[in-house]
Amino acid sequence: MVDLQVNIGALSLKNPVTTASGCFGYGSEYSDFMDISRLGAVFTKAVTKENREGNPSPRMAETPSGMLNSVGLQNKGVEYFISHIYPSLHQYDTVFIANVSGSTLDEYVEVAERINDLEGIPAIELNISCPNVKKGGMVFGTNGESAAEVIRAVRKVYRKTLIVKLSPNVTSIPAFAKTAEDAGADAVSLINTILAMAIDAEKRKPVLATVTGGLSGPAVKPVALRMVWEAYHSVNIPVIGIGGIRSASDAIEFMLAGATAIQIGTANFVEPAVSVQVLEGIMAYLERHGFSSVRELIGNLEMPEGFERFRPKTF
Amino acid sequence: MVKKKIEDFLVTGNHRLNTEYFVLTLRSEHSLPAIFPGQFAELRVDHAGNPFLRRPISFFDVDREQHEIRLLIQEVGAGTQQLSMLDPGDTLNMIYPLGHPFTMVEGKDFLLAAGGVGIAPMLLLGRTLKQAGKRPVFLFGFRSEEQVFDLSAFEALGEVYITTEDGSMGKKGMITGHPILETGIFDGCYSCGPEPMMKAIAKIADGKDIFCEVSLENMMACGIGACLCCAQPTLHGMKMACVDGPVFNTKELLW
Repeated sequence: MVDLQVNIGALSLKNPVTTASGCFGYGSEYSDFMDISRLGAVFTKAVTKENREGNPSPRMAETPSGMLNSVGLQNKGVEYFISHIYPSLHQYDTVFIANVSGSTLDEYVEVAERINDLEGIPAIELNISCPNVKKGGMVFGTNGESAAEVIRAVRKVYRKTLIVKLSPNVTSIPAFAKTAEDAGADAVSLINTILAMAIDAEKRKPVLATVTGGLSGPAVKPVALRMVWEAYHSVNIPVIGIGGIRSASDAIEFMLAGATAIQIGTANFVEPAVSVQVLEGIMAYLERHGFSSVRELIGNLEMPEGFERFRPKTF
Repeated sequence: MVKKKIEDFLVTGNHRLNTEYFVLTLRSEHSLPAIFPGQFAELRVDHAGNPFLRRPISFFDVDREQHEIRLLIQEVGAGTQQLSMLDPGDTLNMIYPLGHPFTMVEGKDFLLAAGGVGIAPMLLLGRTLKQAGKRPVFLFGFRSEEQVFDLSAFEALGEVYITTEDGSMGKKGMITGHPILETGIFDGCYSCGPEPMMKAIAKIADGKDIFCEVSLENMMACGIGACLCCAQPTLHGMKMACVDGPVFNTKELLW
């Protein structure tokens, strides 16, 4: 039996296959199709301080090999999460990681503080990269100073594993990954969606009610892979790879680029049991290639001779 | 609640009705779960990923003895075009049954008003009403005669009235201008089709103070309440067309 266990800071996951925030509800939506307990972790839908109705419709546009969304962090707020959702999570034998978002620094801090008290939630993913809200979200994640400020503020009140979800809508991933590490993050996850747009030529109108939205799905995978690879070589904390993963091969590519774990997002909408298929595919790959641990894949990429941008890395 | 399934169905028929509409017949190896009028399935069009998302299609007819489902589909884009090319012997992967169905309420006479492919859920609904001892009356709107297909299955259940926009068949105009809306006495109505049509039907129902449900066609991705893309504002906050709908009582809708 191959060893599938991976570590994200102090947090141990039984395997590297997790589901991405906003793409898996709170788990129960998928329980008819698969055994949730087989997952390494579930990243919950974003939790904010107050109830949020989200953006107006249409919120979705299908695009080549992917889709745009502008959901806008719709959720019932942290109190509802604690009283109604949190108690139901114990039924699954997996790790739930709360995705925390907000419009102001104080909101991020307050939600993180409330979730810190929940014994069953060992980590949060700080969402400073949502492109679909006017205030907060990506506004924090695309400015180095405000990113550092919000991460530091949350770090002060949050004592468990702090993962920072990075935006791809920046010039330099290494700079933002380093900012997160320096500000106290235990890990970074990337990428969130790419700011994008769809237009209906017949109607001469934008498809989304918010005009722009976030692109996800297989279309973003090559961009995400490059960014995960850059982040891996820029920091000494674990990197969680996200972006268009829909097969075991996709997941393995992210791990070879440097990801310690991966999140499956949009693919869940098409194949609700895809995460279990990815996990089984990874196990078969490890066996086929004679690896005894999935951790041997992390950053295990043979570079062309003379390639000098990043040196081989050892922890 | 009925457990949702992912299942490969065998295509046993693909019947072209006219240039726009076709009916797929799909057979399961297993007994079908309970399927109610207004519910839908998410169809996996292509395994290579183009189009990327599944297509939500409502149930047209269900034959429990044969384990068969029929889907009435309008060719509108790349996804439905690929579906139209399925042949008997092919397989089609579906997630089903999804969504909140039409509600059965007190009363005897019901108007089932639909436009275009919105007709799809009305056969199963009409049959369910008839089996419950009620009288369904169908009012269907088409653009022109070329769009109209064999409606004998509906005629077996109740009266069928037709309008066409160009007057080539039935009453000329939109269904919302059909005299049956004025002369008919109904205990309630059900509607599916273009939003302006459903709004007009809802307004008429409201004026008569009768029950009215509509089936919405908001753009969906997952179909199971996870992605929150098909949001519909209601009196009770934001609802999802895929799990809280697609059928809504019009009194609840903020539209």
